Amino acid sequence: MVTTHDTPHHDIPGHDASEALAERIRRAEAEGTPLRLVGGDTKAFFGRKVQGRTGEAEALSTREHRGITEYDPVELIVSVRAGTPLRELEAALAANGQMLPCEPPHFGDDATVGGMIATGLSGPRRPWAGSVRDFVLGTRIITRQGSEQRFGGQVMKNVAGYDLSRLMVGAQGTLGLITEVSMKVLPLPGASRSLHLDMPLKDALEKLAEWGRQPLPITAAAWLDGALHLRLEGGPSSVAATAERLGGDELLDGFWEALREQRLDFFAAEDPRALWRLSLPHHTPVLEVPGVTVETDVLYDWAGCQRWVRSDADAEAIRSVARQAGGHATCWRGAGGKAVDEPFTPLDPVIEKYHRNLKAQLDPQGIFNPGRLYAAF
Amino acid sequence: MNTQYDARLDGEPPRIAQAEVLADLRQALPGMTLLHREEDLRPFECDGLSAYRALPMLVALPETLEQVETLLKRCHALGVPVVTRGAGTGLSGGAMPLSHGVLLVLSRFSRILEIDPDARTARVQPGVRNLAISEAASPYGLYYAPDPSSQIACSIGGNVAENAGGVHCLKYGLTVHNVIRVEVLTIEGEHMTLGSDALDAPGFDLLALFNGSEGMLGVVTEITVKLLPKPETAKVLMASFDDIEKAGDAVGAIIAAGIIPGGLEMMDNLAIRAAEDFIGAGYPVEAEAILLCELDGVEADVDDDCATVRRVLEQAGATDIQLARDEAERALFWAGRKNAFPAVGRMSPDYYCMDGTIPRRELARVLKGIGDLGEEYGLRVANVFHAGDGNMHPLILFDANQPGEFERAEELGSRILELCVEVGGTITGEHGVGREKIHQMCVQFSPGELVTFRAAKAAFDPHGLLNPGKNIPTPARCSEFRLTKSAGDAPAPTQA
Ligand SMILES: Cc1cc2nc3c(=O)[nH]c(=O)nc-3n(C[C@H](O)[C@H](O)[C@H](O)COP(=O)(O)OP(=O)(O)OC[C@H]3O[C@@H](n4cnc5c(N)ncnc54)[C@H](O)[C@@H]3O)c2cc1C
Repeated sequence: MVTTHDTPHHDIPGHDASEALAERIRRAEAEGTPLRLVGGDTKAFFGRKVQGRTGEAEALSTREHRGITEYDPVELIVSVRAGTPLRELEAALAANGQMLPCEPPHFGDDATVGGMIATGLSGPRRPWAGSVRDFVLGTRIITRQGSEQRFGGQVMKNVAGYDLSRLMVGAQGTLGLITEVSMKVLPLPGASRSLHLDMPLKDALEKLAEWGRQPLPITAAAWLDGALHLRLEGGPSSVAATAERLGGDELLDGFWEALREQRLDFFAAEDPRALWRLSLPHHTPVLEVPGVTVETDVLYDWAGCQRWVRSDADAEAIRSVARQAGGHATCWRGAGGKAVDEPFTPLDPVIEKYHRNLKAQLDPQGIFNPGRLYAAF
Repeated sequence: MNTQYDARLDGEPPRIAQAEVLADLRQALPGMTLLHREEDLRPFECDGLSAYRALPMLVALPETLEQVETLLKRCHALGVPVVTRGAGTGLSGGAMPLSHGVLLVLSRFSRILEIDPDARTARVQPGVRNLAISEAASPYGLYYAPDPSSQIACSIGGNVAENAGGVHCLKYGLTVHNVIRVEVLTIEGEHMTLGSDALDAPGFDLLALFNGSEGMLGVVTEITVKLLPKPETAKVLMASFDDIEKAGDAVGAIIAAGIIPGGLEMMDNLAIRAAEDFIGAGYPVEAEAILLCELDGVEADVDDDCATVRRVLEQAGATDIQLARDEAERALFWAGRKNAFPAVGRMSPDYYCMDGTIPRRELARVLKGIGDLGEEYGLRVANVFHAGDGNMHPLILFDANQPGEFERAEELGSRILELCVEVGGTITGEHGVGREKIHQMCVQFSPGELVTFRAAKAAFDPHGLLNPGKNIPTPARCSEFRLTKSAGDAPAPTQA
């Protein structure tokens, strides 16, 4: 085991900037001025703009606070500072034959660990392996008082106190500044094969439901361009046997990363229509989404649980379709690439009340990313 | 001793007589079972931590959600605390009643509402037993993964409230990883859906926050869990060691070989003997430690992994390795482990179960520390644990009829937990803080961190009516605890 504080670890430069960050937060709290927390600023498009007193709020960057503080591969746990580039963390894990199973998207070279946690976005392996929050074991956060606090821990199981670590995931920095996170990591799969099976959409969704009830080593499934794209991962024997059973053609390397990073043609910025993300239950049939005219306007990831939709229809019309199917819809990018005022699905009034209560308790002056998730807090 | 609610340290209780609350609730809820006579209240005086007892003011046994909602609204209006109880198997006094509070028992909500084999989910009421879900899913080739050893009795609502684990957690996760949606009633009787049938939900991850919140933030009234396809095959290897440290190192070596076993459990000699005596599982009673390693998945992979694990165990110095020959023997190997608590219980009039989690690399050091502490206090300690995730269950044997022995067991327990914190671990991996570990919270967390916990609680229950005196200590309690610790730090001497 290696524990470092300000020394390099696994070739990643380390630097502890927590005191400077805390000092800046204490000042913001004293003055009551909002801060816009940024990591690599790669996910700035995701979410609402953070307003300051006049214009956009002042940015507070975590980039200086970086490095792996503890990584013992045998423990299956890594602790890493928020400003560490995600790319560097992943390389350090890979060098030890391990990975972040949630496969977080980067959306740019500079994406940080803090940004991954705060946005909580997961990649193609999500339905099988779990999401970013599922792999979080502990966090350190700087609260509005400017004190660095530790929740959860560097152990696999911990139920002491409320699970504030996982609460930070996806909260978009509205509850505090994340300075460090401990995550569960897993060994890289022994074998991996990707397949391309020509198959109509309806058949693909039926097949996925059927296979879902069987212990098959599927770890990614997307339907687009008339074909089901599948990834198999696990022991060499089962991967080989399953690939033989399912048939199809070998899928080129790099497909899953291109899907995760939204580099496939489907996501092209030139398309002027809005880009929507529909999050849906397993086994949701093909939906009639307003504004969708051809099958290729929808890309099915996560075995159909995450659907990317190109549509210019009214937001409420799209949201209502998702809601009726038991899910919700996020406007990922507005028409013409413009930001929208309400990207996330509006909350039910009782739930919203408790969001406001939590925000009022943890950040009464609204110094942490106010308005980033919803205008009300 | 901190068993009884203490107004000075836990907060001023309401001044309202039982008769008044009874009359109010009877009027608002004429059809609901409401117990108030001492002999009827007695069976509810404790949960699985039987040393902690108190008679509730009233026990409510609702059968409909409307009754729960009305009950909460009335208690909120009257300022009367509510303690929720599932099956009462909790081991930290989380469901211990309050003499000035209503015990809300959810055991009558025991229906499985829906199994959807295509979506691989089960929607159930909170009083459904953990094992009943897997039984109902079985005809579809599916099961619910988290399997606490208490699974024949404990409720899924209690599992959510404790974020319960089981022997299969390392690979399949805890309750929080396997619950996708819950319906909740707040203390004000408002209804909320947390999570969703999809893989995420908008806003904060309140579902994660409610998992493990010990009935402090709301009452869970319905749960949707994820079901998994049953593995094609599961095989168990049992390895014996003549040295507990070697067994600990073998655990790390298996993981270093890139294998995540479905279950990886360890027992020390005292626990092995107890289990063998009780169940006759075929355990080697001479061994200092055994490891049970379950490998599950697709047949071909499992065979490959069994070969790898066998090699690793041999290199780690195992004196004997047995592969369960068939399903019956596999079940028998596990039966010994799953019955380890009651088995140890047969060796001694009483036992006290601890639940610290540590980084695995500290295993040898902590086991030795526990042994030394046991000697210091003159009490025997058996060790059974989820070795794969470093979650230890030291079982302290004592006799409550011997004056002072329970106090000594309790003090030994807290020293063990403090040792866990010292090596970078936590005071509870899966049993919760409840009433029992309220003082150790002051050890594990700084005053500032406790302020943040209280803020989260206040967002949902500003008047502290849900399960007061549990989970998060008041500032008064921590200052008193710190004072007594610094005053009389020397542990009670033992005469043994
Ligand atoms: C022999 C034995 C073995 C055990 N093994 C394990 C194990 O392997 N892993 C493990 O994790 N635990 C284990 N436990 C502990 C216990 O079984 C679990 O904590 C279980 O989750 C408790 O469920 P319950 O229904 O009995 O809850 P209770 O004991 O009734 O309540 C526990 C807590 O949950 C709250 N609560 C209950 N239901 C609700 C609800 N619907 N809404 C809100 N709050 C609620 C209560 O207020 C209380 O704080 C074991 C216990 C025993 C006795």
